[in-house]
Amino acid sequence: MKFAILVNEGPYQHQAADTAYLFTRSALEKGHSIDRIFFYHDGVNNSSSLTEPPQDDRNIVERWTKLADEHGVDLVVCVAAALRRGIKDDNLAKGFRISGLGQLIEAGIQADRLMVFGD
Amino acid sequence: MSDEMMDEGGVVKKFMYVNRKAPHGTIYALESLEVVLIAAAFDQDVSLVFVDDGVYQLMKEQKTDGIEVKNFSPTYRALEMYDIEKLYVEKESLDARGLTTDDLLVPVEVMSAAEMADLMAQQDVVLSF
Repeated sequence: MKFAILVNEGPYQHQAADTAYLFTRSALEKGHSIDRIFFYHDGVNNSSSLTEPPQDDRNIVERWTKLADEHGVDLVVCVAAALRRGIKDDNLAKGFRISGLGQLIEAGIQADRLMVFGD
Repeated sequence: MSDEMMDEGGVVKKFMYVNRKAPHGTIYALESLEVVLIAAAFDQDVSLVFVDDGVYQLMKEQKTDGIEVKNFSPTYRALEMYDIEKLYVEKESLDARGLTTDDLLVPVEVMSAAEMADLMAQQDVVLSF
């Protein structure tokens, strides 16, 4: 099945970012395809390269980058939501790109299922 | 918007936007509305649902001066101009809050939770905010 993912919550603050990642990893392991993950609301904070979690914790941002690198998943950050929260190309982690909400709608049209992870 | 973004091979899916949160206090309602306005350009079958505290988003006479945030509620009245005319409100949510359609700033269809569940089951894409 072809999935698209929407992440609506920030990293560490809310489990949605973790659950979205774990779902994505499991789906890929089972042979499904995930073409795009769209980050909206505080979810855009998943893409900040300034994130520095403690050594003994998971690195949520790097996890996404690795996913994009290894599986070619398109990580898209909403431009309007990002600018509101101080996310720009200057501090955008590797593997992410900033684009418009049209990318979310497009993903919903093209995927078999759009999974929403939020509060 | 580029032609490329608009061209989805004529696919029309049923998109439902489920609004569950109060208009203020968090940004969910405002940013959800931004998605809906963009979505209107994609010629999809769009419907909006208001449940739980989401019904407060449609309240008449919202005044936000005191909390110094934008009152975006007039935008709901503009949805018609974007050809977004399917607005559904859950009866149980209205009743629990002592509200009726007279309190709302746009015409809506009121339906029970059970009817709402049927409608949701018919959708291709359900976005919940």
